Amino acid sequence: MAASETVEHKEFREYCRAWLQENRPAATVIPLPQAAYEVTHEDHKHYLVDWQAKCYEAGLIATDVDKIYGGHGHSGLQQIASSEVRRAKVPYFINWIGLGMAAPTLLAHGTESQKQTYLPPIFSAQEIWCQGFSEPGAGSDLVSLQTSAVKEGDNWIVNGSKVWTSLGQLAKWMLLLARTDKNDKYNGITYFVAPMDIPGVTVRPIHKMTGESGFNEVFLEDVVIPDHMRIDEVGAGWKVAMSTLTSERGAAAGVGAIASSESPYAAIETLIALAKEKQRNGRPIWDDPVWRDRLVKLYERIDAMSQNYRRAGVKELNGGAMRIPLQGKLNGSEIGQDLHQVALGMLGMEASLYVGDPNAIDDGRWALGYMNSYTGTISGGSSEIQRNILGERVLGMPKTK
Amino acid sequence: MPQPADFGFGEEQAMLKDSARRFMEDKQPLLALRKVIAGTEDPYFGKERPGSYDREAWKEMVALGWSALAVPEAAGGVGMNLVSAVAVAEEVGRAAMPTPLTSTLQTIFVLREAATAAAENWLQQISEGKSGTLALYGKDGSHELDQSDVTAVDGRLNGTSFYVQDLQKVDFLVVAAREGDTVKLYALELSAEGVQLDFDRIVDLTRDQGRVTFNNVAAECIAEDGAATLQAALPATLTLVAADMAGASEWLLQATAEYAQIRTQFDRPIGFFQAVKHPVVNMMILADQTRSLVYAAACAYDTAPATAHRAAHLAKSSASDTAEFCANRATQLHGGIGFTWEHDVQIYHKRLIHSQHLYGDGVWQREQASKYL
Repeated sequence: MAASETVEHKEFREYCRAWLQENRPAATVIPLPQAAYEVTHEDHKHYLVDWQAKCYEAGLIATDVDKIYGGHGHSGLQQIASSEVRRAKVPYFINWIGLGMAAPTLLAHGTESQKQTYLPPIFSAQEIWCQGFSEPGAGSDLVSLQTSAVKEGDNWIVNGSKVWTSLGQLAKWMLLLARTDKNDKYNGITYFVAPMDIPGVTVRPIHKMTGESGFNEVFLEDVVIPDHMRIDEVGAGWKVAMSTLTSERGAAAGVGAIASSESPYAAIETLIALAKEKQRNGRPIWDDPVWRDRLVKLYERIDAMSQNYRRAGVKELNGGAMRIPLQGKLNGSEIGQDLHQVALGMLGMEASLYVGDPNAIDDGRWALGYMNSYTGTISGGSSEIQRNILGERVLGMPKTK
Repeated sequence: MPQPADFGFGEEQAMLKDSARRFMEDKQPLLALRKVIAGTEDPYFGKERPGSYDREAWKEMVALGWSALAVPEAAGGVGMNLVSAVAVAEEVGRAAMPTPLTSTLQTIFVLREAATAAAENWLQQISEGKSGTLALYGKDGSHELDQSDVTAVDGRLNGTSFYVQDLQKVDFLVVAAREGDTVKLYALELSAEGVQLDFDRIVDLTRDQGRVTFNNVAAECIAEDGAATLQAALPATLTLVAADMAGASEWLLQATAEYAQIRTQFDRPIGFFQAVKHPVVNMMILADQTRSLVYAAACAYDTAPATAHRAAHLAKSSASDTAEFCANRATQLHGGIGFTWEHDVQIYHKRLIHSQHLYGDGVWQREQASKYL
């Protein structure tokens, strides 16, 4: 990484900043959920689809992707666009699974025709994607999945069920893992693109502890998928899935997925400002050394996370290409959870007030955010699975499985 | 001015760090240390132990220009920045090397911040091969920079400085002394008339520490506003020791991860078990956080002084907490062998206990950082 920005980088950054300033959308009537995976409301969907499409047209999404796949054909500019989007505190991109998982997977494993067909509407959010990996009996032990795909002529007949499917009720396509060989655990899984709007697919919402929906059960009954919607070879699904999950874990450069509008810095700064304002025992909470210590520790960990990303770009200091990127999801989700836990403690009895209560601080966002933080620590490979991966891939310890 | 994305860590720094690492590995400082303390009745004490160090290696380090790394070129030094000094300090910590290097580098930044002709003269002496350390603290070990028990009247020092690092290894001192309501900085040779040295019995075998008593000692004032000078240099003081701790914590991480692969119990390498694997990963998470904050703090001092204090306090806070966790888990996960005198884990563990509290632990650092938030 160059010590200072090139003229091209600087100009692009200034362009992004100015565009975002000028095109910031008006707030929705009903506040948006905290993250893209909680979107259920139709009005929110339209609003967010329009917003993502606009950002895509402006070149903030798929910035570094080839023009033949609907990208903007630049190189090394996506990172700048994404950091400016985060900085501008504008709405997130609804098609986060499309951008964060489907696009990187298709770019790495898709055929020319698949890439040209599926990628442009991912970028513009005209087609929303969801992910069909987890099953009732296959969570952390993903490879034990049972949904079957049986070949019949040029088609595959799929039967089974998927669970925890975020955006399933809005999605046009699903990234589907199905078993094509019962006798070969790892090489018996195949990766498909499954349409969500055809007979045999039933989507049933699941309500979370927050009272929100946003994720679903998906039942697949004799669903017909043409063979040209298979990604990579028959039996290569596990290998392809691992590369998808790597994208989810933040290791891929990505095409501009932003699933939540607030940076961790913004969250801790908001919390510190609240501590300086709120009174407890006749003085601001910030004047209490115990609370100050907790808040500064959080600030330190958030700063460290950001400096980690900076150090990941310095070859001689990063300890190997994957060491820091593979920590991203674990760090981000656990720090986020701890931040909300501290916030609730700081609120004291006001922590009991939930979204919609007129007296709730910040409309109950801290209680809601605390509960939603478990999405981060459980989904996409739980924190325990992340620690297995780090211990095995980075530190060379023996495989737990 | 925007900070450089790469912390200012360029090719020059990479080469320096690489050669420092190979140098430390080559010297095998812990084998040398064990030779000195082997067979002694009380390895914790004595003028040649634990302050003993490889004097030949130190001469080589001086010849390589490392002791004068951060001395400005005008004073005969190499003229490099804090990021470069931190890169070497990290390697010192990784090797747990007994050496006056870190103390000398810290002294350089205090002399630089003093920015007087007298201070420049002492910088010149470092360029010529002298080593130095800081004598700042009173008996109760408060971390405030104006708590010296030494007084100065008409250029004469009286009283005692406590917790002076590397006292058995260095040539000269920078002393904080109270004069009326102010603190001034003085510099003098350890061999000056009226200077009495006493050595502490300390936990850490790789360092030495002591007390310096001044009996009407003549010394040269190098900074009239000593507290401000020390405060200006504080980010460098803290970041250098935090870098040393980052290196030592990484050593413990690697040693523990390796041990978890070779030690077999219940018919499997213990790293198979998540009760072992996961805490080792937690060591890595913390060690990486510290390392990133250390380079960020060094870069802030070099390029964005307005943010340097906050960054340095956060780096030392992180370093102290990381050190405590890594030393704790390394000893626990090595089982009985890590608890023995023969194993090197104990050497790192004790070096980190010392470093964790030096200049203030995590709680103290966060209290300081809060003033900048």
